[in-house]
Amino acid sequence: MAVSAVLNSARLRPVLHLLCLLPLCALTWAAFNHGLGANPVERLTHETGLWTLRLLLVTLSLTPLRQWTGLAAVIRYRRMVGLYTFFYLCCHFLIWFVADQSLSLLAMIEDVVKRPYITLGFSAFLLMIPLAATSNRAMLLRLGRKWKTLHQLVYPILLLGVLHFIWLTKADYLQPGIYAIIAVILLLHRVIPIRRFAARFSPVTR
Amino acid sequence: MIRIPRRWEIPESEVTPEPLYRRRREFIKSAGVFGGALLLNPLAAAQASLKIGAYEKGVVTLDEEPTQEEDATSYNNFYEFGTGKEDPKRNSKRFKTDDWTLEVGGHCEKPGTLGLEDLVRPHPIEERIYRLRCVEAWSMVIPWLGVPLGSVLAAFQPTSKAKYVAFKTLHDPVRMPGQQRAVLYWPYREGLTIAEAMHPLTILAVGMYGKTIPNQNGAPIRLVVPWKYGFKSIKSIVSIEFTEEQPQTSWNMAAPQEYGFYSNVNPEVDHPRWSQKRERRIGDIFKRDTLMFNGYGDEVASLYDDLDLAVNF
Repeated sequence: MAVSAVLNSARLRPVLHLLCLLPLCALTWAAFNHGLGANPVERLTHETGLWTLRLLLVTLSLTPLRQWTGLAAVIRYRRMVGLYTFFYLCCHFLIWFVADQSLSLLAMIEDVVKRPYITLGFSAFLLMIPLAATSNRAMLLRLGRKWKTLHQLVYPILLLGVLHFIWLTKADYLQPGIYAIIAVILLLHRVIPIRRFAARFSPVTR
Repeated sequence: MIRIPRRWEIPESEVTPEPLYRRRREFIKSAGVFGGALLLNPLAAAQASLKIGAYEKGVVTLDEEPTQEEDATSYNNFYEFGTGKEDPKRNSKRFKTDDWTLEVGGHCEKPGTLGLEDLVRPHPIEERIYRLRCVEAWSMVIPWLGVPLGSVLAAFQPTSKAKYVAFKTLHDPVRMPGQQRAVLYWPYREGLTIAEAMHPLTILAVGMYGKTIPNQNGAPIRLVVPWKYGFKSIKSIVSIEFTEEQPQTSWNMAAPQEYGFYSNVNPEVDHPRWSQKRERRIGDIFKRDTLMFNGYGDEVASLYDDLDLAVNF
């Protein structure tokens, strides 16, 4: 099948790397060419936050995608997209810590404690650190069954991320609403046993 | 359970009847034909936004650099033209302010509906360089052109019952496409106490940066109250009313626990979700400390001597 040939191609990985780096390149280019508008710091914060959420949603769609299409190879790229999610989250955090908190730990802690939407976002950041740290094969082997349990943290992380977005919104909930709906669908997919249902309609027999 | 209606909830009787609502597009079409006819009639070609002629320079100044004009005219909160910061500039390009009139009424001796020229021209246009502090913790320095609201209002002779002044923005979802979505309760409403409205720092602006005010900044006429958060400075005003009761204000209706009637810039009273201690001046990377009353405390603090500003935020 053509799709699985693409998925198995050695050339796909570099292409995916480039795709995941594209937002970073676009933002960097815009930053040096007055392309970020009047408030570049705010724009960078928003964009890196949005890309974190988008890539997290992509990461979590790979398992359903495999179940629906039977293309087992998509899972090979999950770790990579997950790590790029963490990368954009780090950018998001650093921009906020440097430009909004002026690198002050004290100011940062005060905001984390006092502002619920920051508490949520910061918790998601902290929770993702162990996931990134244990993402390599060695840690996977070492942790064994515990690895899977640990990595189920990704679900609360997604919830925290979406709530963080909703909670900082002033009036127009359209965009955070769309992210929330996609997140809920992806989470429900884990809870409700769609698998058997999907298998019945899947064009690919396994 | 007893459900007490909120102040802003309107009775069913005031809702547009459904048949009329369903015909709204026909109405728009016929309005379009009518509007087209107006365009063809040279006699109907009327004044657009006020042309700024001579003005008094530097009536109020600051020792701070004005924000880049490009930034001040491309980074706007004007939900009538979209909720993104760059939406208003893009979506207000074709907004026409021809034949703009302002209705002034309520508790006053001489209510009336006036064109822009009649309203503004009797007063010399002044340049006033003010800080503008948004509730979202960013700020600008803007050279406005306008007239003191107090001298405009005095002409209508408010009575002793005029305790407040209520303002409304144009409500026209065709011309202001952002109003097609119920992001806020339209029309946008704002209000001041009569003392705030009469304060010499409060102006009606018709221009900025030496020119007619651009659509995205609130053409053809907007309020500027420099010691309050930006959302108090209502744009594209069509109605001013002297009231006895405190008027409803749009952001207060949307989230009363977050946006009070007064909404004075106050670094000590945080927005429930974020800090108001610091702000980012547009053009800067790092934030600076926010000043009490946005730096206009000497002029306006006495207005609030009897008020607990933490309660009356």
